[in-house]
Amino acid sequence: MVVGKSVKRVDAFDKVTGRARYTDDMADRSAYIVKILHSTIAHGYVKSIDKTEAEKIDGVIYIATCFDVPNLPFPTAGHPWSTDPHHQDIADRLLLNRHVRYYGDDIAAVVARDEVTATRAVRALKVEYEELPFVLDPIQSMQDGAPQLHEEFQNNILAHTRLSDGNYAEAITEEGLIRIEGWYRTPTVQHCHIENHICFASAESGKITVVSSTQIPHIVRRVVGQALGIPWGNVRLIKPYIGGGFGNKQDALYEPLCAYLCTKVGGRLVKLDVSREETFVSNRVRHAIQFHLISWLRKDGSIVARKAECFSNQGAYASHGHGIAAKGGGAIRQLYPTPNFECDMYTVYTNTPASGAMRGYGIPQAMFALESHTDDIAKQLGIEPIEYRRKYMMPVGYFDPFSKNVNYFDSLNQCIEKGKAYIDWDNKRKAYANQTGDIRRGVGMAIFWYNTAVWPISLESCSCRMVLNQDGTLQLQLGETEIGQGADTAFSQMAADAVGVPFEAVHIISTQDTDITPFGTGAYASRQTYVAGFAIKQTADILREKILAYAHKLYRMPVALIDLIGGNIIRKSDGQVLGTLGELATEALYSLTDSIHLTAESTYQIKSNAYSLGCCFAEVEVDIPLCKAKLLKIINVHDCGTLINPALAEAQVHGGMSMGIGYGLSEQLLFDERTGRPLNNNLLDYKLSTMMDHPDLKTEFVENPEPTSAYGTKALGEPPATPCAPAIRNAILQATGVAINQIPMNPHVLFARFREEGLL
Amino acid sequence: MQTALVKCTINGVPTETVVDVRASLTDMLRNDYRLTSVKKGCEVGECGACNVLIDGECFNSCIYLAVWADGKNIQTVEGLLGPNGELSDIQQAFIDEAAVQCGFCTPGFLMTAVEILESKKLYTRDELRKLLSGHLCRCTGYENILNAVEKTMKRRLGIPVE
Repeated sequence: MVVGKSVKRVDAFDKVTGRARYTDDMADRSAYIVKILHSTIAHGYVKSIDKTEAEKIDGVIYIATCFDVPNLPFPTAGHPWSTDPHHQDIADRLLLNRHVRYYGDDIAAVVARDEVTATRAVRALKVEYEELPFVLDPIQSMQDGAPQLHEEFQNNILAHTRLSDGNYAEAITEEGLIRIEGWYRTPTVQHCHIENHICFASAESGKITVVSSTQIPHIVRRVVGQALGIPWGNVRLIKPYIGGGFGNKQDALYEPLCAYLCTKVGGRLVKLDVSREETFVSNRVRHAIQFHLISWLRKDGSIVARKAECFSNQGAYASHGHGIAAKGGGAIRQLYPTPNFECDMYTVYTNTPASGAMRGYGIPQAMFALESHTDDIAKQLGIEPIEYRRKYMMPVGYFDPFSKNVNYFDSLNQCIEKGKAYIDWDNKRKAYANQTGDIRRGVGMAIFWYNTAVWPISLESCSCRMVLNQDGTLQLQLGETEIGQGADTAFSQMAADAVGVPFEAVHIISTQDTDITPFGTGAYASRQTYVAGFAIKQTADILREKILAYAHKLYRMPVALIDLIGGNIIRKSDGQVLGTLGELATEALYSLTDSIHLTAESTYQIKSNAYSLGCCFAEVEVDIPLCKAKLLKIINVHDCGTLINPALAEAQVHGGMSMGIGYGLSEQLLFDERTGRPLNNNLLDYKLSTMMDHPDLKTEFVENPEPTSAYGTKALGEPPATPCAPAIRNAILQATGVAINQIPMNPHVLFARFREEGLL
Repeated sequence: MQTALVKCTINGVPTETVVDVRASLTDMLRNDYRLTSVKKGCEVGECGACNVLIDGECFNSCIYLAVWADGKNIQTVEGLLGPNGELSDIQQAFIDEAAVQCGFCTPGFLMTAVEILESKKLYTRDELRKLLSGHLCRCTGYENILNAVEKTMKRRLGIPVE
């Protein structure tokens, strides 16, 4: 059995030798190059674009402006399509937009012989705007009289939903309740995968082939079809290795525009390579969300009632829209069950870059608010913060009627135990209790829960194909994608065990090609290992049935007496090897009397979900005069069920922790209040953590096999990024006594707060 | 377009290339020699994905003009394999330590690791963090990359590795 073993990644050799091919490595040098003209105002209309000078430049092939593109609004979110019109994603953008809604909006594109020519031509385009007032903050954007971004959304509210349990208004009238209130703010951040989005398109046989750095090839194929108004079957989407995605590439980015431009130059090959500066602004960002939490508590800390409001900054276009705020609100409701609960979630358009999916999908934001608030409650009531959590957090047996999730195990307590031990919690909480002086230390922690996959919000299905070779090895194909996380390796491990062949006998086809690869929706929602597990097992069963039926004919043994183990046909009664799978496969293919190519393919739809749980513990040292918090020690502990590959799981958690540390301490995309212009859209001024900004990252696991899962596994891709920022915040709270309710907790923010609290 | 002739050695092979004088070394290596291990992550010297060795020293090839490579000895990841295609110790260590995820930053990191290892010095973990901090990675949190470099350094220096 290979599931549960830390086998080496199937793609590691190709990646350390530089042979793994990414989108740009596959583009032919003959490609025309596309460059996009982005708006230099935050809101208004393009009145005219003068192409005269640009068209004179030698080597310019074609220029498209917002006045040329078809009037076919299309959605971009990487969600499975819904056949119910009420559940379809909002179609609110065109290939190029005349109504400019943020600084950096796409208004024209040049196709040229080479990059220098395309760039020069973009600069030579003369644009006249009709400028309109703009708004950057969602709460301001909701006010009457604020600039309107999309006609059909009054007060710029893309969506407002309310969760309500019990009777909040009545519950808070109970005598003697303690009211604790806080506002918590999270910033706009960007995914910063090291490979920028890139795609190229060409037409052949009446079809457009797009090769793209995407997480979701089958979804992008559909969106390209919608955006161009052509049958979806006329689009072929190919996804090679990609240099990270983290949710930004869980959106149709520039594939539709690239495909459109290809059709405008007679189907010639065109390549659209996005710069780092454009990636920050004109792709997607994480929703900045402001939370307002009010809790009504008895002296023992029990939560009688809780109200939450969240204001989610959607930016200029809907992309994933309200899904993010809604997921965050749901997380608040379930982590500390409260009989009387009210939550209003607003997703609001503003004149900033479009917010989309990003690792954690609303939960890093919600956990920062809720876990900061929880420490504030514990502090105010004089209860030890872990003790407080143990008493009121999601209990074992908790059932969510919507998702049908059950909290089967005591995972949170088990994770907390491991975290406490590593950080030496009890001793350090005591040692750091009463500090004075400029340099102070503290320890803090936070817990989280996370869903696995997207059922029942939308479709969850996965298709798998297995094709047996003459030597007893097999090709494995799935619509689910390798984006760096190690999916191909995990799928191969599961397939080897399910079919009954050695790990080395599984040849996974990493590239998705929508003309060939069976349908799957792609990498997001920490879904793939969970969902693909069912499809792999089911398809393996079909293949095994065919193999054993053929073995029955070859070896004249009843099917019930034979098995396929480790690539051999075994007689179960005495363990005798009757033959190898390779011998059987060769005979099956070349038999003059009974030839069959042994293959299997199936789709598995799941209608379940699973709680993934865990915690983070952090130790910090705060230099009060410098207003700088330094992270000294950090651990994440996860219960993501059974580990398919422990070493890769640990590595994936490291990456999430790194993202969580950056979220807590340094990352923020800033905008000029006067113009809406992005101020730090590059990797020098946007403070992504380097190797020097981390202590060693410690990771541990609790393995309670998830009962609803084919392999006992559940979400791990996104959860690691969710608890780190609040754990660091709570460590700073212990060190200084100052509650920082805004991230990143950089010196600018600490300075203001230390001033307010009289530390400076 | 003004061009120039660049004579240099790439992965041990003497070459002559006519380049656009505005071309970066990244452009030349990727476009003229299809050395696609040289990755483009920012093209302004921020991320380190395009890092190559020039006369044994690391440079971001995206902000190094191709014409400056004249007379130089260039080494990329494609040049790390042994004569029979065997992996170098640092490449093997990246595999063994699970230091590879999406793989896009990997070649750049490997070349800086080579520079560190070739110095034959023993660095502390904190010194290694500093030496490797010119590279950005979003997948790994750097932890296993640091482990791979540290362990390989110790092995080469004959220091026991746990």
